[in-house]
Amino acid sequence: MELVERLLRGDKRAAAKAISLLEDYDKKAADVLGAIYPHTGKAHIIGITGPTGTGKSTLVFALAKEFRKRDKKVGIIAIDPTSPYTGGALLGDRIRMGNLTLDEGVFIRSMGTRGHAGGTSRATADVIKVLDAMGMQIIFAETAGAGQSEVDIARIAHTSIVVEMPGLGDDIQAMKAGILEIGDIFVVNKADLDGVDSTLANLSLAVEREKPSGWKPKMLLTVATEDKGITDLADLIEEHYDFLKESGTLETERVERAKEELRAALSQHLFLRVLERPELIGEFNNLVQMIAKKEMDPHSAAEKLLGLAGIA
Amino acid sequence: MTKLRVLVAKPGLDGHDRGAKVVARALRDSGVEVIYTGLHQTPEQIVEAAIQEDVDAIGMSCLSGAHMTLFKTVMDILKEKGIDDIVVTCGGIIPDEDVTKLKEMGIAAVFGPGTPLRDIVDFHRKIAGK
Repeated sequence: MELVERLLRGDKRAAAKAISLLEDYDKKAADVLGAIYPHTGKAHIIGITGPTGTGKSTLVFALAKEFRKRDKKVGIIAIDPTSPYTGGALLGDRIRMGNLTLDEGVFIRSMGTRGHAGGTSRATADVIKVLDAMGMQIIFAETAGAGQSEVDIARIAHTSIVVEMPGLGDDIQAMKAGILEIGDIFVVNKADLDGVDSTLANLSLAVEREKPSGWKPKMLLTVATEDKGITDLADLIEEHYDFLKESGTLETERVERAKEELRAALSQHLFLRVLERPELIGEFNNLVQMIAKKEMDPHSAAEKLLGLAGIA
Repeated sequence: MTKLRVLVAKPGLDGHDRGAKVVARALRDSGVEVIYTGLHQTPEQIVEAAIQEDVDAIGMSCLSGAHMTLFKTVMDILKEKGIDDIVVTCGGIIPDEDVTKLKEMGIAAVFGPGTPLRDIVDFHRKIAGK
């Protein structure tokens, strides 16, 4: 495919078009993925997550500048929520990253979650592959502002960074399952505000536990608007990646990730297999009515559709 | 499942973005994915952002009076890069006598003060239906 050849040479327009095909589930999406797949797996993927307003975009901007100084090409995927009512979205993360737009070694793409819960979109992992294949060495995936259970990003990223700020939550919040379990690095951003000590004390509970890889999560203070703590954070990110390589975790996680990817692809393909058939769309709508009237339960309805599609 | 993507941009030094934000929000509410660049963008930044975001349309707002220079530069860069699949619109304080000139430059629509939001939304719906 000409488009893929161009993107493999680093052509940003081609990469941008390819990303749209993947986001839109275009018929050509599978061909694009198939063609770029052998060229992926080289980038260090870093997930940035945390509550709304903690400064994730500003932190990504500061980190991207730092990794550019270290001569790395940087890809950024910034995810914001899609309206569940209209399907529209206001993607505003570029506002904080404007000055990177013209940097040859940077590619930034904004994405809506498009109905997917978990702080990412269904296409996020595939879009990362495009950036990887076009030669981006460090890829940041910044999730939509996440609450407690948006942990999808950990399945996609090698290094997960959870961004907090002073004044959010107490020690009980820090003991809950979910987002605080996925962090390899915890950043307390806006560390020039009051209340840093108690935030650190609360987070220390989350940091105590080693990850299955043996990595002990680390905490760090930053003031991203002033580039404070950014060099240390970039060092820590590199340290974590080295740890993953040396401990063999990177390799074992590759298999885990492949499993996740196959699962996700399977459910997506099954879904499309059923819903792309015109004759089944009518049946789908009938079943919706029956479920609403409590004449059938959703699981039986799903089984019925699979049966009609010749899969069950 | 193609989704309409529109870049809303503020070129130049003018810091008045209320209009751009109102339009961005109206488009969002009509189901569009709106990428907002923020203030003080150069024409080069606007075109590059439009490329990376693979948008269907760019909407620029300018209230400072520099629109003839700034919008023209954006159109020139698009032409230079051979990009002809992005629809460009604009709004802001645009004197009537400039509207024709802007359209001659290739700007598809000029939404001046008082334009009903519905008109802007409908215009973009048509692009989606193309």
